[in-house]
Amino acid sequence: MTAAMSLVAVPNRARSVKDLIFKAFLFAGLGIALGALLTLLVNVVVTGSARLNWDLVQNMPSARPKRAGIQSAIFGSLWVVGVTSLISLPLGVGAAVYLEEFATKDRWYNRLIELNVQNLAAIPSVVFGILGLAFIKRGALSLGSTVITASLVLTMLVLPTVVIVSREAIRAVPDSFRQGSLALGATQWETVRRQVLPNAFPGILTGSILSVSRALGESAPLLMLGALTFITFNPTGLDSAYTVLPIQIFAYISNAKKDFEPLAAASIVVLLILLLVLNAAAIYLRNRFQKRW
Amino acid sequence: MQQPSIYEIDSRSVGDDMTQQSVPDTQAQQTAANRDFEALDARSDVVLTAHDLSVFYGDFCAVRDVSMYIKRGEITAFIGPSGCGKSTVLRCFNRMNDLILGARVEGDVHYHGIDLYGPQADAGEVRRRIGMVFQKPNPFPKSIYDNVAYGPRVNGTRRKSDLDAIVEKSLIGAALWDEVKDRLSSSAMGLSGGQQQRLCIARSIAIEPEVLLMDEPCSALDPIATARIEDLMQEIKKQFTIVIVTHNMQQAGRVSDSTAFFTTEVNPNSDRRTGVLVEFDRTQKIFSNPVDPRTEAYITGRFG
Repeated sequence: MTAAMSLVAVPNRARSVKDLIFKAFLFAGLGIALGALLTLLVNVVVTGSARLNWDLVQNMPSARPKRAGIQSAIFGSLWVVGVTSLISLPLGVGAAVYLEEFATKDRWYNRLIELNVQNLAAIPSVVFGILGLAFIKRGALSLGSTVITASLVLTMLVLPTVVIVSREAIRAVPDSFRQGSLALGATQWETVRRQVLPNAFPGILTGSILSVSRALGESAPLLMLGALTFITFNPTGLDSAYTVLPIQIFAYISNAKKDFEPLAAASIVVLLILLLVLNAAAIYLRNRFQKRW
Repeated sequence: MQQPSIYEIDSRSVGDDMTQQSVPDTQAQQTAANRDFEALDARSDVVLTAHDLSVFYGDFCAVRDVSMYIKRGEITAFIGPSGCGKSTVLRCFNRMNDLILGARVEGDVHYHGIDLYGPQADAGEVRRRIGMVFQKPNPFPKSIYDNVAYGPRVNGTRRKSDLDAIVEKSLIGAALWDEVKDRLSSSAMGLSGGQQQRLCIARSIAIEPEVLLMDEPCSALDPIATARIEDLMQEIKKQFTIVIVTHNMQQAGRVSDSTAFFTTEVNPNSDRRTGVLVEFDRTQKIFSNPVDPRTEAYITGRFG
């Protein structure tokens, strides 16, 4: 207690320089990431601006670039992604519930499943394409080039991610809810249905939509499957032939005619908008259901 | 109270546990202990009995050789220093230890003579009859009404009028009705800590269990809320047999009829401590004239 107390910071040159350098690093990182993204975005929008109109989404693909559109690709994408979600969400959430709530962690087969799920999430999508080509399109299932083939392959692709994000969400539900429920004589299944799933729902939904939106932008496995690039009708069922936006874009870009370039750019913008809508829906639904009691 | 002899039986068998830890029981003593246990099981005023109960977490023995019983319509308190296994024993009474990976129970726990860990005992049914209130208030993220109606709903009550009646009765029983009757549909998370704990008690008694296990129910509450819970316990003990684990000796002295004192003993071959039951008797006896010097040391605040 010699000097009067002071809370004024003592100037320290070395410290403030370090602070400054660190901040500069952070901003540089942010700038590079955003800059690259913006450059791409602006480039695509400028290139495609001439074709960004309702004709684009209303017309079917055509050999003449002036009349060509992407309607069948948009509907194809919606079909394939929709069916993929319908298959992968129940399977993925079910697997996550099993692994988190029911599996005894010291059993070797449960550990094997866990390890496999982690590994599957890291497998390149082309590999799933090859698998689908051999066993779903041809081979055992022989489903041909149809919507269901594409959906099954994309399901394999997104399923591990759906399982992982759902497990995260389930794990975030406080254990005290489970214990409280079990202590009231509820069975484990009742506890899952009444406590775990409702509380994990926003997280499961957000994570699942984000992983399914990956399927929307995926082209490699569908290229492996030999998705058709010139389809002039919309899919009508699971056994319809199909094309999807990424494949259509790929076809237009690789076309020799220069006029197809703006068309491809405009299609990319449409795909980006679809992705944005899906992600926005994920955020909206999360906020909607995350009713904090 | 009515039959002091039963307490003599019990303090003798507990004494055996202590004095003859390493010496194997003789055949005669073993038979006598078993006979006592069977006699306790047959008594209508005894709800729960534990006989040579030991609990292991993996290889580690958390508590060993506990023999005691819980009398109907009484409050039984478990006291003792941290890690003495009192919560572990409590959780054996409604099989909450099942939920812990690697937990294993040896010995017998009987509920009206039925083996709680036997093949005919379903964990859900056990927990419906032997309810539990946790250390930290854990209301569900639902409305006050839905919290109380949760137990009846999972146990098959569907009619709205039935549920309404149960909710009102339970909240009145938990001395919470007057405070929340106008906002039954608002969130249970908006209640104060003490109200939340009383809501958890209301939730537990809504399914009319016979026994209510309370695992340090006041440790997260302020003194006023604690006093209200203690008053509440006195009121509901006629309907519900209560077993309470507490760190607070004064609380045990104030509220309980019987007290079990647990402590830890160092294992000879490892540095981990195993809990043992030292003394089990009427609360008055434990606090005024304990038999074991360790109980006396704890009661008078010389350790723990």
